[in-house]
Amino acid sequence: MSKVLVESSTGSLSRRQFLGQSAAVGSGLVIAISAPWSMEATAQSSQPAEVNAWVVVRPDDSVVIRIARSEMGQGTLTGLAQLVAEELDCDWAKVTTEYPTPGQNLARNRVWGNFSTGGSRGIRDSQDYVRKGGAIARMMLVQAAADEWQVSAADCRAANSVITHVPSGRTTTFGKVATAAGKLAQPTAVSLKNPKDWKLAGKRLARLDTVDKTTGAQNYGIDLTLPGMLNAAIKDCPVFGGKLKSFDAGAIASRKGVKKVVRVNDSAVAVVADTWWQAKTALELLPIEWDEGPHAKASSEAFAKVLEAALDAPDAVVGNESGDARKAIAGAARKIEAVYGVPHQNHATMEPMNATVKYSVAANGTPERCEVWTPTQNGEAALAAASEASGLPASKCEVYKLMLGGGFGRRGGTDWIHQAVSIAKQMPGIPVKLIWSREEDMLHGRYHPVTQCKLTAGLDAQGQVTGLHMRIAGQSILATVAPQNIKDGKDPVVFQGLLDSGAEGHLGYTFPNLMIDHAMRNPHVPAGFWRGVNLNQNTIYVECFIDELAHATGQDPLEFRRALMAKHPKHLAVLDAAAQGAGWGKPAAKGVFRGLAQTMGFGSYVAACAEVSVSDEGELKIHRIVAATNPGHAVNPQQIEAQIEGSFAYGLSAALFGACTVKDGRIEQSNFHLYPVVKMADMPPVESIVMPSGDFWGGVGEPTIAVAAPAVLNAIFAATGKRIRDLPLSKHSLKKA
Amino acid sequence: MAKLTVNNVVREHDAEGDTPLLWVLREQLGLTGTKYGCGLAQCGACTVHIDGVPTRSCVRPVSTVQPNEKIVTIEGLSPDGLHPVQKAWAALDVPQCGFCQSGMIMATVALLKETPDPTDADIDAAITNICRCGTYNRIRAAIKVVAKGGNTKVAGLSIQHTDGSTT
Repeated sequence: MSKVLVESSTGSLSRRQFLGQSAAVGSGLVIAISAPWSMEATAQSSQPAEVNAWVVVRPDDSVVIRIARSEMGQGTLTGLAQLVAEELDCDWAKVTTEYPTPGQNLARNRVWGNFSTGGSRGIRDSQDYVRKGGAIARMMLVQAAADEWQVSAADCRAANSVITHVPSGRTTTFGKVATAAGKLAQPTAVSLKNPKDWKLAGKRLARLDTVDKTTGAQNYGIDLTLPGMLNAAIKDCPVFGGKLKSFDAGAIASRKGVKKVVRVNDSAVAVVADTWWQAKTALELLPIEWDEGPHAKASSEAFAKVLEAALDAPDAVVGNESGDARKAIAGAARKIEAVYGVPHQNHATMEPMNATVKYSVAANGTPERCEVWTPTQNGEAALAAASEASGLPASKCEVYKLMLGGGFGRRGGTDWIHQAVSIAKQMPGIPVKLIWSREEDMLHGRYHPVTQCKLTAGLDAQGQVTGLHMRIAGQSILATVAPQNIKDGKDPVVFQGLLDSGAEGHLGYTFPNLMIDHAMRNPHVPAGFWRGVNLNQNTIYVECFIDELAHATGQDPLEFRRALMAKHPKHLAVLDAAAQGAGWGKPAAKGVFRGLAQTMGFGSYVAACAEVSVSDEGELKIHRIVAATNPGHAVNPQQIEAQIEGSFAYGLSAALFGACTVKDGRIEQSNFHLYPVVKMADMPPVESIVMPSGDFWGGVGEPTIAVAAPAVLNAIFAATGKRIRDLPLSKHSLKKA
Repeated sequence: MAKLTVNNVVREHDAEGDTPLLWVLREQLGLTGTKYGCGLAQCGACTVHIDGVPTRSCVRPVSTVQPNEKIVTIEGLSPDGLHPVQKAWAALDVPQCGFCQSGMIMATVALLKETPDPTDADIDAAITNICRCGTYNRIRAAIKVVAKGGNTKVAGLSIQHTDGSTT
């Protein structure tokens, strides 16, 4: 697995010294952790040569590929390495990876580009420059060999880390010429391989990070140990927008291991102790007074009424419009209307939020450096947060990215980093690891937004749609995350999957008259990018309502869709593939019913056909899901299949069980017993159809989540005649009347 | 100092008796392969074996574990990481983020010891751990690989490994 490059604040701290110090810490514990070592230390040990920013070659021909994006489970690290290695023509068996740090990126004029890992953009947004990085490195290695042999580089070929001078048959290896190659000017004219010629990319290669994840050797942020480190547990005001009034540190001062109780910014208090368990248990006994602020009586029920009113409010912004939908509906032979709603969701990453921070101060008291070790989806945002929270310029801060125990969008934030830096500033010179309890993680999320949607269709006498109005009422993610990006009251992300064009999600249907608008209503609960983002609920709204229209007019749900999709061949192709794969049109097993859904977002086209049965007692069984994905290019098909399967677990967790509700201003679901998720027994078999058309680059980590719920809900309707419009499903009984 | 037998080694620690075994393993003994996920025995990320019994260590006070009881963590499952369950996990690329997988593997080893060729219902009943990445289907496939004597072809994944093998 990748080692993180670190320039330690202690400067000369070598790996050996580090181990020596580590072994002396704690009650005789043996530290097995692979803490991040300094770039210099690595350099001294094996003398690798940096060919260019993306490629480092060691004398033994092993290749280190630098990965700027974060690995959080989606296989991005392996996929990006495949793309670099493909163009580099290196021996895949000798490839390892490492993360450059955000500080190094800053110091090198952002040579690695964007570190942000979200929106299923890890590969689709960096494939061009990482492939060029690999190709450039190969050209330089070949040129270095040609220079050594005093032959033309045009007569030399690279394959499997070996460079051959074709006319003479002479060979050398990457490792032998890497140092010379690193001194050459980088070529500017680069041509990339035709994907048809790929040997590594596009193949079903094993992940690079698997083995350590089966032995316990993989270290996540929560596992980090640094010499002299203390541990912190934190409580933020349970009501969003509230403040910390006071606490009685004296009440827990004598607890074993407790070192300090500290105020954290305006709203939180933390206990710092030798161990986290000591910190957590002391914190639970700490007398705390909160000023719960203006939202102390807020509730989900009250906010639902706000949303209901907004379904007909005049203050909406338009996201997609053609013709005159209102007029068409007003004059239609038949009108069909339905209101849907989805609640807040928590990311609930398996690894709770955590960060270790060392805030160093010189002997004269001058702040010197702020270092952060954290699992983050956005290293550069983490660096900016470290700078802001510490008051030090970014050049005096550094972030070391550690493996994420799940991200799903939550770790694109920096709130816990601000907290950890605040704590560390009050413990200068001592590394402090802040770990959130699961309860803190559940109560202080950045939640999938709460929305409702009213869909109104006008139909003519033949059952054809003459106009559709889709009114979304609800929360804007950008209002929490990036309010500066809201222009004239419009959050464009709200319309993901509903736009008239574009990679971030365009509608797969053409209606003669269409109006999609949004009345923004923001509760006090902070929103965030939750895996699948707004495509999730938008696809539920559209795909379930389309299904309603088909049934209301006595038409087959597949044929009804097909008629509206003639101008959207890529959407249609995945829908057809999923339907055919499941045997749509042919009888299912006795008691088994099918439901369809399709959508487009994060650059990719996806569809699913779910097969379910519902017993007379109302027990749902999902027998099978057939899912089709066109991601344009498929860099690692077996990992795309893994993402498709995982997307159903995530999407169905929300659809079947997930809801974060508010009472007295705070989230009610404090742990998994109140926020159940899909487990083994709930998980259906998934048959994946990966069908890349080869003419674009789409993401795969998220889009399939959006079709999970509507495919199953439509199948439930087919099975029971019950139309579930208000999620999660667990609120409703499917028992036969 | 209290004693525990962990991975066949007698270890000493000075944690308070009500400290969950999980935090003694992680913070006192440096065995961080066992994970904290919920603290309520809900998610199973903290699963270890105590005398062969899969145990959610986040709710097990260390004082209730006797020095002669044999605790096995993911680190002690095999000397080389090549326990048949670990091999199947690697062959099928089961982990995504991987955070839950120590617990999944420990739960699976216990299941297979009890029921060497489990049905789907057996698997559903025994593996109640949470994975947010959604690796359940590959976990099920890996369990069946082990049950079928390590034949990875039954999973039909065609994953190409750097040693030239395809599983």
